[in-house]
Amino acid sequence: MWRSLIGKKIIMAGTGLIWIGYLLVHMYGNLKVFAGEEAFNHYAESLRTLGEPMVGQGHALMLARIVLTLSLATHVWAAIVLTRAAQQARPTGYARFRQASGNYATITMRWGGLALGLFILYHLAHLTWNVPVLTGEYEPGNTFDKLVVGFNNPVNMVLYLLALVAVGLHLWHGGASFFQTMGWRTAANRQPIRFLTGALAVAIPVGFAVVPLAVATGLVA
Amino acid sequence: MKLHLRVWRQSSADDRGRFEDHELDGVSPDSSFLEMLDLLNEQLLEQRKMPVAFDHDCREGICGMCGLMIDGVAHGPVPGHTVCQLHMRHFKDGDRIVIEPWRVAAFPVVQDLVVDRGSFDRILQRGGFISFATGTAPEANSILIPKDRVDTAMDAATCIGCGACAAACPNGSATLFTAAKIGHLGHLPQGQPERYRRAIGMVEQMDAEGFGGCTNVGACTSVCPKEIGQDFISQMNRDYRRAVLGRTGD
Ligand code: HEM
Ligand code: SF4
Ligand code: FES
Repeated sequence: MWRSLIGKKIIMAGTGLIWIGYLLVHMYGNLKVFAGEEAFNHYAESLRTLGEPMVGQGHALMLARIVLTLSLATHVWAAIVLTRAAQQARPTGYARFRQASGNYATITMRWGGLALGLFILYHLAHLTWNVPVLTGEYEPGNTFDKLVVGFNNPVNMVLYLLALVAVGLHLWHGGASFFQTMGWRTAANRQPIRFLTGALAVAIPVGFAVVPLAVATGLVA
Repeated sequence: MKLHLRVWRQSSADDRGRFEDHELDGVSPDSSFLEMLDLLNEQLLEQRKMPVAFDHDCREGICGMCGLMIDGVAHGPVPGHTVCQLHMRHFKDGDRIVIEPWRVAAFPVVQDLVVDRGSFDRILQRGGFISFATGTAPEANSILIPKDRVDTAMDAATCIGCGACAAACPNGSATLFTAAKIGHLGHLPQGQPERYRRAIGMVEQMDAEGFGGCTNVGACTSVCPKEIGQDFISQMNRDYRRAVLGRTGD
């Protein structure tokens, strides 16, 4: 499984699915800003106390971080191996080459994925590691305030929206690709899969984008 | 019609190779692409130059020998056609046409436009067969197979091993070819005994030959002269996954 290129695609599909699941949970959490400052901060706090008293404070969160980091690392590792295999498979390029198929999402999987990886680091620096240049002046311990102040910075906001476009593109191809790689796509379910994964690739970015847009329009303040 | 041809010339595997430009006049729109190349070679012979080496055999779209990259598209601009079945009426008078061999490390150039597709043969040797007791031909109806299964198997069996899929793939992957071979036998009862060993063996060989990995782009199906579908790739991925995970008990 780890050796063959198909095996690496299966690993990418599995780790990609973990991330899709995470994004859905994350999106659900973000949308709580619309429930108001108190509800949102309560939710943020409850992430730390998740599973208590059986699970220690912050342990569930730590487990999630470990799983996500390992997943992303393996996903990127497989992406690098596949990219290198592709380069080695065609050391001499064509003088003229017209790619016979594939849309913008397909051809941006590698660079778009790299952009996503860089954004994830930036995003962590902003909201997890609380790098002061990115967070700005906010009330310590108030996650809601950190979010609103953060998105009032146009740089944070624009990068966030661009990253969401990258997520949408990555999932437009990756979603359907997931079913193909797992071998679950057939002639009969091709259209439903295209529709479902296309809807997901739109719904996730939109679900995330409404939060900064609400901040920008003063709906959430 | 008159054409400006830019053709890849390479005297041997060790030669670095280069493009050569030729003007060719008097091409009939009714001739095939290969007949156009024949005409070019006659002109070259008259000029006492080496003719362009290109592969071909049946010239009726069934042997898979004639693959060429024509203006950046494997087998040229008409979908579902081999080069030998491509006619010059699809080009215009005065066209500039770039002709290159397949560019895949696992298909080394032998000379000019001729490549060695031996890697495909070695993939086939790892599983493109079934075992049965030889002897007199069995009664044709002794194994009944549902019509839709036969049709699917036949769709896969139309693969002529031309290599266009790997040539057009941005990853240089031989996935469509291998999937067609696995799908052909995998849809028939006769192919079941070796089904999972076949998937592992052929996939391993595909990697060992230095082909790239599939990222579900679909360029292969677009250029495949037999229009073999992506569903066979899905099926191969499934057989392979089950085989390596030991979940082969359907
Ligand atoms: C550093 C970040 C990332 C990089 C470099 C990256 C790169 C790639 C590449 C190169 C592929 C294979 C391309 C293909 O099948 O055409 C891929 C597939 C995929 N990625 Fe990512 N990716 C990244 C992050 C993510 C994230 C955050 C998610 C989830 C939201 C994700 C979900 C997927 C999915 C579902 C697939 C499809 C797997 C398949 O084809 O079976 N990726 N990624
Ligand atoms: S799958 Fe199609 S393109 Fe590939 S070798 Fe077979 S016939 Fe040629
Ligand atoms: S020469 Fe046989 S397929 Fe073209």
